Amino acid sequence: MTVEQEIANVTPEKLTVEGVSKWFKTRRANVHALDNVSLQVREGEFVCLVGQSGCGKSTLLNIIAGLEFPDGGRVLADGQPVAGPGRERMVMFQEHALFPWLDVLDNVLFGLKLKPNLKRHERREVAQYYLKLVGLEKFIHANVHELSGGMKQRVALARALAPNPRVLLMDEPFAALDAMTREQLYGDIQSIWAKRRKTIIFVTHNVREAACLGDRVVLFSPNPGRIQEQFVVDLPRPRDINSVELAHFSTEIREALVRYIKPETAEAPE
Amino acid sequence: MKRTLVVVIFFLLLVAGWEILCRKKIWSPVLVPSPITVCEYLNGAIRDGTLWHATLVTMKRLLIGYFLSIVVGLPLGLLTARFKFVEDTLGVLALGLQTLPSVCWIPLALLWYGQTEGAMLFVVVMGSLWSILIATDNGVRTVPPIYARAARTMGSKRLHTWFKVILPASLPFIVSGMKQGWGFAWRSLMGAEIYVTILTGFGLGHLLHYGRELNAMDQVIGVMLVIMLIGLLADKILFSPWEKFLYRRWGTEQG
Repeated sequence: MTVEQEIANVTPEKLTVEGVSKWFKTRRANVHALDNVSLQVREGEFVCLVGQSGCGKSTLLNIIAGLEFPDGGRVLADGQPVAGPGRERMVMFQEHALFPWLDVLDNVLFGLKLKPNLKRHERREVAQYYLKLVGLEKFIHANVHELSGGMKQRVALARALAPNPRVLLMDEPFAALDAMTREQLYGDIQSIWAKRRKTIIFVTHNVREAACLGDRVVLFSPNPGRIQEQFVVDLPRPRDINSVELAHFSTEIREALVRYIKPETAEAPE
Repeated sequence: MKRTLVVVIFFLLLVAGWEILCRKKIWSPVLVPSPITVCEYLNGAIRDGTLWHATLVTMKRLLIGYFLSIVVGLPLGLLTARFKFVEDTLGVLALGLQTLPSVCWIPLALLWYGQTEGAMLFVVVMGSLWSILIATDNGVRTVPPIYARAARTMGSKRLHTWFKVILPASLPFIVSGMKQGWGFAWRSLMGAEIYVTILTGFGLGHLLHYGRELNAMDQVIGVMLVIMLIGLLADKILFSPWEKFLYRRWGTEQG
């Protein structure tokens, strides 16, 4: 933070992505995954990144998480450059990534055990609180393989929330679920977001999902991955994915998305 | 309950058939002793302590050798999975040596160690070490990378990731490798004991061998039964709990 900002008492952005570029070198070609991408996210904001496959949105999420590093530019979290993964920024993946050798409770405890200054019974209480929050308090000793797809993602959500990160990074977490389960989870994630005041970045290729969840929808285009447009969705919450107002927004975003699909890679998004 | 009954009845019938055939005197009783004679031998051998003693000697060799194989093989397997250089050197060597039937080590062990406990131990270790190493290596390689990524976002680092994520995630492979290693160790030790007489301990293999020398078929069959029983018990005691755990946690696909 500069002296001017300090004096002006400006709260810094929660996350700042500054001119991030990323190439992937494969045997056949150099893929330009991200080209000079900049993005600011405020504390408590729900931002959805939308674009067709290969537009670099997941790569950007991984870079923000600290799991990958940019070839150019940088990412600041609370004004500090991101040097690696940290429990301030938890990630939820498309695959649940739950550990099969642990039961539900121990999965949620995994991150908590790595958090210092928590006593055994405190950790347990925290884990149980979050399992209750996702509606799985009756399944704390279930094994992962006994849960349905939706329940697994709920446990993954509880596990990501348990160490109390300020930022939650979600990489198409509901893409592998059936429509009914997904709609339930839209409601859940909105109420948890409201209750726990997290900053959420949510990657999806589903425009309607993005319009339903995001305060802001950021539109990516591929080859190379760039931010093309941003939409502010100012509908009241909680939002229903099937509402007419939402359809209006998602149509607008979808039309914009189609405009940026390059002919040679034309592939209709959902 | 019903299944246990089927098993019990099956074996009772088997023994009864054996007894009936013996009573018909089709074969010489020297070559095919009746189950009663075998039981008499076992009873005698238990009473005078030879059987206990031999079992103890054999189990001691087996357990020490097997334990050594795990202590050495498991970390080496982790190393071959982690470092390309170790994979290309030790990993290739392990693959080669694993294809060698473990009784093939006996002549070498005898020349190196003479007729000693060292030779016995060497054969057991060579029999089980490589399969444990390779199973660990395979297990680590098949761990989905997403586990380590997820763990890292939760603050897990190097050694913590290895011990709390990679190792437990490869447990299905490690357990089946340990089981295979146990089988190899058991087979190679029996081979060594039948083949080699050593003065420091008289194991089950030796009992078997002397049964042949004395033309005591009741002893041969009796000891064979004991060896089988130990194999079954080891499976139940050493591996069943792990397999049950795997089945419970992982579900049907991998357990």
